[in-house]
Amino acid sequence: MELANLSVLLVWGAATALAIGFIAFAVDLSRLSGAKVDARDAARSRAKVAVGAGVADAPVDAPVDDAGPAAPVSRKLAGIGMSVTWLAAALLLIAIVLRGIAAGRTPWANMYEFALVGTFVAVAVFVGVNTRRDVRFLGAFVAGLGVLFLVLAQEKFFVAAMGVQPALQKYWLVLHVGVAIVATGIFTVAFVTSVLQLLRDARDNGSAMLGSRRWGWLDHTATPGALESLSFRLNSVAFVLWTFTLIGGAIWAEDAWGRYWGWDPKEVWSFIVWVVYAAYLHARTTRGWSGSRAAWFVVAGYACVLFNFTGVNLIFNGKHSYSGL
Amino acid sequence: MAGRTRSSDSREGTYVPEGIADEFTQGEPAEAPSSGEKPQRPNAPALGLVGTLRWMWRQLTSMRVALMLLMLLAVAAVPGSVLPQRNQDAAGVIEYLADHPTAGEWLDRAGFFDVYSSVWFSAIYILLFVSLVGCILPRSAAHYRALRGRPPRVPSRFNRFPAKATATTDATPEEAVDAVAARLRGRLSWLPLFRVDRGEEAARGTRPAAATVSAERGYLRETGNLVFHLALVGLLVSVATGQMLHYRGQAIVTEGRGFANAVVDYDTFEKGSWFRPESLVPFSMTLDEFESEFASDTVAFAQARDFTAHVTVAEPSGAERSEQIKVNHPIVVDGAKIYLQGNGFAPEITVHDADGAVAFSGRVTFIPEDTMYTSRGVVKVPDVSSGLDQIGLVGYFLPTAEVNEDGSARSAFPQPVDPLLVLEVYTGDLGLDDGSPQNVYELDTANLTAAVDDQGQRIKVLARPGETVELPDGLGTLTLGEELPRYVALDLRHDPSLAFVLVFALLALGGLTVSLFTPRRRVWARAYTGPDGATVVEVAGLARGDDAGLQTEVDRALAAVTGTEPGATRREPQQPRIATRSEKD
Repeated sequence: MELANLSVLLVWGAATALAIGFIAFAVDLSRLSGAKVDARDAARSRAKVAVGAGVADAPVDAPVDDAGPAAPVSRKLAGIGMSVTWLAAALLLIAIVLRGIAAGRTPWANMYEFALVGTFVAVAVFVGVNTRRDVRFLGAFVAGLGVLFLVLAQEKFFVAAMGVQPALQKYWLVLHVGVAIVATGIFTVAFVTSVLQLLRDARDNGSAMLGSRRWGWLDHTATPGALESLSFRLNSVAFVLWTFTLIGGAIWAEDAWGRYWGWDPKEVWSFIVWVVYAAYLHARTTRGWSGSRAAWFVVAGYACVLFNFTGVNLIFNGKHSYSGL
Repeated sequence: MAGRTRSSDSREGTYVPEGIADEFTQGEPAEAPSSGEKPQRPNAPALGLVGTLRWMWRQLTSMRVALMLLMLLAVAAVPGSVLPQRNQDAAGVIEYLADHPTAGEWLDRAGFFDVYSSVWFSAIYILLFVSLVGCILPRSAAHYRALRGRPPRVPSRFNRFPAKATATTDATPEEAVDAVAARLRGRLSWLPLFRVDRGEEAARGTRPAAATVSAERGYLRETGNLVFHLALVGLLVSVATGQMLHYRGQAIVTEGRGFANAVVDYDTFEKGSWFRPESLVPFSMTLDEFESEFASDTVAFAQARDFTAHVTVAEPSGAERSEQIKVNHPIVVDGAKIYLQGNGFAPEITVHDADGAVAFSGRVTFIPEDTMYTSRGVVKVPDVSSGLDQIGLVGYFLPTAEVNEDGSARSAFPQPVDPLLVLEVYTGDLGLDDGSPQNVYELDTANLTAAVDDQGQRIKVLARPGETVELPDGLGTLTLGEELPRYVALDLRHDPSLAFVLVFALLALGGLTVSLFTPRRRVWARAYTGPDGATVVEVAGLARGDDAGLQTEVDRALAAVTGTEPGATRREPQQPRIATRSEKD
C-alpha cells in the first residue's frame, strides 16, 4: 500500500477514535451531572427540613459541595475517553509523518495538512494539560471539535501529497507555518475553556436557559475563575507564538515577495487575530472588563482564527493561496 | 476619576493608568472582586479649559479607551481584505468601480480602496499609539523608581492575601525569618531571586513584637511589558521612516539583455518622499540565462518546482560577478535587494509591411495567464510605410499548443514543447501619435478594425518558431524568431529601515514573552513568640495576575524554617484554580 493512502486510513482511524472518545466523555459528563443534580435535590430537601425547623438562615446551597463526594460516580467512561484520545493522537501523528514522507517535505504546506496538524496539536495540548491537571471535562469538546476538523479536512480540503512551489521552498515553511499551527491548536483548547467559562458563569448567575437540569453537567467542569485562569495561560502561550508567526512571516515575505508587510488578506486577518487577542489581554486587566466580558474576546478571537484559516483561503484571492483547492 | 483617587492611595512612586484593575500595584488585595465593579463617579465640579484637557488626556490614556481603540483597529482592518486595494490590485479597483458606479464612488471617497493609508485607519492607530505613549512613559518612570526601591513593608494582617501559610517552630523568631530570607534570596548571591528586606515590628494589639521579612521578585515582568510597548513605538517609527526613504523599481529583462540601476531604466518606479535619485548606485545587470523546472508526474503535473535567473552584475568600479537569483533567494547589490518576481516568454517578432519594409522587429513580452503559461501579448506596429494603415496584433503565445476543434487554443505544459503564436490582426489608428501614455500590454481597439474572413469570423494568424506567415488582407508578413528568449520580472528594492524593523519586532517579542511568563510576586513573613512559647511563623504572598506557583512559593519559603513540621502547614488556596495532580493525589 502506498504511504499516502495509509496516511489517509490512519486519519480516518484517528477520527473514529476521537468520535468514540467524544461519546465516552459526553456520557461521562451526563452521568456526573445526574449524580450532582440528585445530590443537590437531596440537599435542598434537607435544607427545607431545616427551614421548617425554624433555622431561617440555613444556607441552601452550602451542602451541595459536601454532598458531591458523598455520592462518588464511576469515571470509567472518562478513562476510556482519555485512552482513545491518546490513541487518536498517536494515529494522527503517524498519519502526519507518513504524509510528510509521501510528499517528501514538511507535512504542513496546504490547508488539508494544516487542519491535520492543528487538530493533532489541540488533542496533544488537551492530553498534555490533563497529565498535570484533571481537565477531563474538556474532553467531549476537544474530541468533538477534533472529529469535526478531521472529517472536514478529509472531505473538503483533501489534496494529493506532492511537492511545493518555489515560493514555499524555505526553512521558514517549517518555522512560520509550524508555529502558526501550534498556536492555532492551543487557541482551540483555550476557546473551548472560555466557552465553558461563559456557560458556567451564566448558570451560576441564574441564567434561565442554562439553569435547567439539562445543563447540570456544567457544575462538574470547574469554577469560572479556574476556567478563566486556564484559558488565559493557554492564550498567552498561543499569543506569543502568534506574534512569532507574524514576525517570521514578515521575514519570509521580505525574501519571497520583496516586502515584509503588504496587507495581503492573510496578513490582514493574522493582524486582526493578533489585535483581538491583544485586546483580550488588556480587557483582563481593565476594571469592569475582566471575567466574562474578557472571555467574549476569546470567542471573537477564535472566530477570527477560524475565518483566517477557512474564509481567507477559500474566498479571498491573495498571496497565501496554498490550499491547493 | 476613580483612577486618580486610587493612585493617590497607593504606594508612592507608582503610576496607575485610569481604569486598570491591578490589586498588585495597590499593594493589597482588593476588598471585593473587582469584576463587574462600576467606577465611582464623583459629582464633577467645573473643570475649566486646563481641567478639561487634563480630563481628556486621562481618558485617552485610560485602559478603556485603549481597549476601544484596539477593537476599532481590528474592525477597521477588515474592509481592506474584502475590497480590492489600489496598491495591490489596481485593476481590481477599476473593475469594482465599473461594476458598482454609485457605491464605488462613495467608497472611494471614504478611502475604502486605500484602507491602510486612509485618514480613519491612520487616526485609529495614531490615537492608539498616543494613548500607549501617554500610558507607558509615566509607567516607565514609575518602574525606574520602583527598580531602585525596596520591597513594601509588611502588611498588618495576612488573612486577606490569596496565598498564605502558618507554622510553629522551635527556632527563635530571628532565626526563622533569617531562614525565610535566605531561601527567598536564592543560592546565587550575585543574582538574588527576591529582593529581600529584614525588619522588626513593634507589638500591635494582641500580637507581640515580631521579626519580619518583606521580599519582592519579578521586576522583569514590568520591564518586559514596557519594552514590548516601547518596541511597538520603535517599530512604527522604523516602518514610517522606511516608507519615506525606500525605493522600488520593477524591470522586465530578457535573456542576453540587461538594465542599469537608474530611475529611467525601470518600467515602474516608486519612491518615498525623502528619496533622492542620486542615491542610486549606478550598477548594471545582465540576464545570462533563465532556467525553469516543472513537475511532470501525474499527481503534481506542471507544478512549478524551481526558477533560477543567472545574472552578471557589473559594479560602477567595473568589477563583474556572476550571481543566481531564485524565488526566496534575492541577491543584494549595493544595499538593494533584487528579487525574481515573475517570468515568461518574450519571442522575437518581425513584421514586414505591405511594401516589404521592416515595420517592427523586437522581443515581445507575453504575460502568463495560467499555470500552463498560456501567455497574452500585444504587438503595436505604428511605423508602417507612409500611406498604409497602422497594424495592431493581439493574442497568445502557447509554449505547448493544444488547438481545439472550435479553433480555440491553450497551452498544455509550461515548457516550450510545441510552441505556437496565435494572433488576431487589427488595422487603423493605434492612437500612439497624440503622445498620451498607453499601456503596452493592452491594445486600444476603439479606432481599429479587425481582419475578418468571408464568414465574418476574425482571422487568426498562426506561427511556429522560424516560420514566416502572411498577414491577412495583404498587410504584409510576420516572422517568429527561431529562438524563444525567456524574460524575468525583477523587483529591486532598497529600504534602509529593515534592520531597525527587525530589531524592534524581536524586542517586542522578547518583551512580551518576559512580561507574560515572569512571575511578579511579593512575599512577606512574620515570626513572633506565641502564647505557648513556640515561635509562630506566618507567610503571605501576593502576585500580579494569575500565578499558579504563588502558593508553592509561600510553602517553600515556610519550609526553609528549621524545625517546621510539614503537617503543621495550613494551606488555604483562595485563588480559584483547577487542582494539580499532585494536590489531588
